[in-house]
Amino acid sequence: MSESNDSSNRKWLYRKPRALSDTPMHYCPGCGHAIVHKLLAEVIDQLDIQEETVGVAPVGCAVLAYFYIRCDISEAAHGRAAAVATGIKRVLPGRIVFAYQGDGDLAAIGMGETIHAANRGENITVIFVNNAVYGMTGGQMAPTTLTGQKTVTCPQGRDPETMGPPIRMCELINTLDRPYYISRVALDGPAGVRRARKALTTAFTAQIEGRGYSFVEILSPCPIYQRCKPVEALKFVRERMAADFPVRVFRADGKST
Amino acid sequence: MVKRTLMTGNDAVGEGAIRAGCDAYYGYPITPQNELTAYMATHMPRLNRVFIQAESEIAAINMVFGSVVAGKRAMTSSSSPGISLKQEGISNLAAAELPAVIVNVMRGGPGIGNIAPSQSDYFQAVKGGGHGDYRLPVLAPSSVQESHDLTIDAFSLADRYRTPVMILTDGRIGQMMEPLRLHTRPIPAPPPKPWALTGAKGRKSIFVRSLMLNNGDLEQHNIHLQAKFKKMAAAEVRFEETAIDDCDLLLVAYGTSARVAKSALEEARRTGLRVGLLRPITLWPFPSERIAARSSRCRAVLCVEMSAGQMVEDVRLAVNGRTPVHFEGRMGGAVPEARDVFRAIQKILSPSRKKSKP
Repeated sequence: MSESNDSSNRKWLYRKPRALSDTPMHYCPGCGHAIVHKLLAEVIDQLDIQEETVGVAPVGCAVLAYFYIRCDISEAAHGRAAAVATGIKRVLPGRIVFAYQGDGDLAAIGMGETIHAANRGENITVIFVNNAVYGMTGGQMAPTTLTGQKTVTCPQGRDPETMGPPIRMCELINTLDRPYYISRVALDGPAGVRRARKALTTAFTAQIEGRGYSFVEILSPCPIYQRCKPVEALKFVRERMAADFPVRVFRADGKST
Repeated sequence: MVKRTLMTGNDAVGEGAIRAGCDAYYGYPITPQNELTAYMATHMPRLNRVFIQAESEIAAINMVFGSVVAGKRAMTSSSSPGISLKQEGISNLAAAELPAVIVNVMRGGPGIGNIAPSQSDYFQAVKGGGHGDYRLPVLAPSSVQESHDLTIDAFSLADRYRTPVMILTDGRIGQMMEPLRLHTRPIPAPPPKPWALTGAKGRKSIFVRSLMLNNGDLEQHNIHLQAKFKKMAAAEVRFEETAIDDCDLLLVAYGTSARVAKSALEEARRTGLRVGLLRPITLWPFPSERIAARSSRCRAVLCVEMSAGQMVEDVRLAVNGRTPVHFEGRMGGAVPEARDVFRAIQKILSPSRKKSKP
């Protein structure tokens, strides 16, 4: 580990977070997961919680998160991360527990677990990486796929008449009484990345302080299945996704904003 | 001091789990196991332990997954259709080698079926149940006392082998009341769990998974699991025998059916028919060797079940054609009557009567 050699008082402008491993990531070029992993690791470092954090990895592109994030991590069955996180947090209330999930995992098959964990106000942090498409399985329609967006299972574009419109998770969770912090950010450029880090810091801080459920939705590029170049994917996130999924804080300090 | 009380089988399971040091219970309403969930709702919070009425059976088994991956003892319970929903979770527990206790208070099936006692989930319980190559210990109580005792055993069995364990009981045993001697001996502390996810304090971070994509990894893991199943199969077989030494006909039955079979056995003995009973207590591992040995000295074997004939297949495998194996059963929530089992015994053993169908 290179960071173990830095006993000098040298000021670092930048270095890889300690909570991020050296394992090369399997993510596609331009994928948002790598950025979210790095942000998560930075926040874990910043709050100095690496030794008490237990994460839950989803089924989906981020299933191998335990190779990259240096904290204890469990897999969960597809969609069940919030239930597994509940089971961990309830028996280890002093630990910091997060679930890291994609849109298919969290908003389709895991909708029930997502909503009920939020409604119970579980003192966990849910990180929702929304890239509007299933990645790992090859680009199928997600519950958050935009109207008209083409995927392999809606090759003509998503038709709300037969497929329903995209589901907005922050708005849905914001109808519940118990969640403490709900925020949507977008990885659409440097400013968006900074806001994402801030949202994650706020969410984990809320959990550390025992305030209850925190939910951070991160609109994220997936150039491969959003069917565009990496730079265009940032534009897709900024212009098309953010139009359907407003980027804002929905609830702070337990109150809707 | 032996503390005696009167309880339903469902409550006895709950009290057994509490005395076994169950840290967390997750349930979802379904008849005929509701008393158990209600029992845990009353008693777990008082002991500062975790109780959640989950949003579904699926959520409940995955909450169990979370609590056991964190190194604690956890249990969920349900009845047949709900157990079907839990199967993915049970497969994951077996694959990730996590100790957990799952209670199935069986009801009539298939489908939504009915709420009457049944034993038609035998295949599902003992052959794996979920996807993939795995087995899990299946304990079948036939009384309220055993519901209590086997639940306590289930937790230590689960920890010893890092495996999910199923208590396979039925609506009749779950809902009937019987006198019960509560377990009062101290429970041995669970073994150390260095694999548990408790935060990487003073050690490297670790993870728990069942996904193994690298070429050959999953095969190696399966070889490891099969070796463990073999070890369990060799060490953990349990059964009870009644009037077995001189019998011409060997009854094989578990749970409620074993109680019925026992009544038929008593009736048969009164009329001079030499009948014995072997009651498997573990359905997996199955007492195959014992059944093979016993049946070789009998004229016939009669399997009694509340199903279309599921355990009878394992009995036939054990007997391996050396002795005729007969079946007497009821389906769809019906319980065989002792007099019907007695008549079946008479038909098989009495040469003057017409031979029954094999």
